[in-house]
Amino acid sequence: MALTDRTGEGRASLPPWIKTTFLTLGSIAVTMLGLLFVTFIIGRVMPIDPVLAIVGERASQSTYDAVFEELGLDKPLIVQFGYYIWDVLHLDFGTSLLNARPVSEDIARVFPATLELATLGIFFGIVLGVPLGVLAAVRKGSWIDQVARVVALVGYSMPIFWLGLMGLLIFYGILGWVGGPGRVGIFYVDVVPPVTGMILIDALLDRNWDVFKNAFSHIILPAALLGYYSLAYISRMTRSFMLEQLSAEYITTARVKGMSEWDVVWKHAVKNIRVQLITVIALSYATLLEGSVLTEIIFSWPGIGSYITTALLSADMNAVLGGTVVVGLVFILLNIFSDLLYKVFDPRAR
Amino acid sequence: MDTLLDVENLWVKFPTRQGLFDAVRGVSFSLGRERLGIVGESGSGKSMTGRAILRLIRPPGIVEADHIKLGDDNLLAKSEKEMRAVRGQRISMVMQDPKFSLNPVMTIGDQIIEAYRLHSAASKSKAHAKSLEMLRAVSIRDAERVMRAYPHEMSGGMGQRIMIAMMLIPNPEILIADEPTSALDVSVQRQVLDIMDRLVKERGMGLIFISHDLNLVADFCDRVLIMYAGRVVEVCEADKLHEATHPYTQGLLNSLPRLDMPTDRLEVLERDPAWSEVPSVSGRA
Repeated sequence: MALTDRTGEGRASLPPWIKTTFLTLGSIAVTMLGLLFVTFIIGRVMPIDPVLAIVGERASQSTYDAVFEELGLDKPLIVQFGYYIWDVLHLDFGTSLLNARPVSEDIARVFPATLELATLGIFFGIVLGVPLGVLAAVRKGSWIDQVARVVALVGYSMPIFWLGLMGLLIFYGILGWVGGPGRVGIFYVDVVPPVTGMILIDALLDRNWDVFKNAFSHIILPAALLGYYSLAYISRMTRSFMLEQLSAEYITTARVKGMSEWDVVWKHAVKNIRVQLITVIALSYATLLEGSVLTEIIFSWPGIGSYITTALLSADMNAVLGGTVVVGLVFILLNIFSDLLYKVFDPRAR
Repeated sequence: MDTLLDVENLWVKFPTRQGLFDAVRGVSFSLGRERLGIVGESGSGKSMTGRAILRLIRPPGIVEADHIKLGDDNLLAKSEKEMRAVRGQRISMVMQDPKFSLNPVMTIGDQIIEAYRLHSAASKSKAHAKSLEMLRAVSIRDAERVMRAYPHEMSGGMGQRIMIAMMLIPNPEILIADEPTSALDVSVQRQVLDIMDRLVKERGMGLIFISHDLNLVADFCDRVLIMYAGRVVEVCEADKLHEATHPYTQGLLNSLPRLDMPTDRLEVLERDPAWSEVPSVSGRA
């Protein structure tokens, strides 16, 4: 951007943020359209007859035809695609074949569970992973660096189901420090009114500390486990980003000024890895939001990962596609969000 | 002439797989309120000498010397914390390329104010005023706007003037300029040098000017050290550089084209392995 319009106050045309907003919304729309097209095609090419799935195998031909027409399957594909988009825009993903409930209701129930778990997990990953990576880079080759390397290596290579089971065995079974599987203990189920669907937040809103404590004791272990996995990735990436920055010339400048090493690292170098770090964190977060099937199954966590997997195994295509669209939307929104943050953190991207 | 800096038998070593590599080998010199040029080809140890004075050689690099005296203080005896009070405030350094030596995600104002406030208890508004004054001293017009701008919005010449302003704002006694004009267009080199020269003179500072450009150094400095393979091979007054006796210096001078003495073929410098074995010449004034 030229120096003159950075500080120029009176602008004649539209403020640039309006243009940016429109461009952003446009790119969301286009990407969503592509995603919907893919899920629509998958729904049509799958060798599962949606009519049979509803009416059952013993239905008469006339019943079959009626449902066939009701579903709009007699229309041209392009018209069907139009109907599909219209439905999705109204948050109508059809009815689950397993429990005959609208898929959107199911997702509204399972997604907050995953969101809660993933958010706490990524929180652990950032709060521990970034400082660990920075420290490993600053003290490259020292014992801290070696410890960080081993921690990350274990995180990469241990199967999550094994760590999860061991965690349950030790911290729940033997030590009894944390709650067991599930989101809350049996006595606390449905105690607080569901507002957000995230029990921790609902308990806070209701000021019900007992539920909060109990839910926290249940979420802490799976969240720590997921956090550990993102920590492994985030700390390794942070280390390599930092090494690159620490050899940059502006770091020497900061030292020449007489700055302490702590400030050189945290005020100068870390400021320059924020953009790359956002990409890494957004990716890890998106992966967690997709729902980690194994973790959700081990901890009986009713999240979107186990929901989609169950639906897939029972050929419940409406539920699978609905879940896919939601996960896709999450990815798109996270990408847009990290793009926005780039501009906040890097003046060259403005 | 009062001596600002006195370096005695400076060595800079780096461990490699083949053993210790000596980047600087027993360099001695002193600096008064003058402009001292250090010339040499890449790898001759001239930049390492500059950085070793500021104790900026990071481990595993090793700096050894009988002493590096700034006034009466031996810099080698100082703790890292005491060194921080020397850096910026007493000795400062301008580096080659402002594109890399300024932090890309901080405003220029923040970076200059930071340099000032690290060594002064001045309030933010006072530091801001001082920074503006300093920017104007390096001939930057519209200093207010430059303060709010980021480094990538500046040209190379402006960037280097900003760098000079930033490094001189705590009013150091010595400035080390490490190839300060090598990344700049020829047309702005002179301008940047003139500004640096004026400020250094006004403040009675000592300047160590590190460069590979013989003509520039001969033109700009008072005294010149010629370095080769980590040693000082020759010391001379800058205006008598053409009378230099060392075959390396002569070879360097002969390899430069001259307007007043056009030749068909320029000489190629022939290196004699014996040069790197001769002990360092003392660079004391």
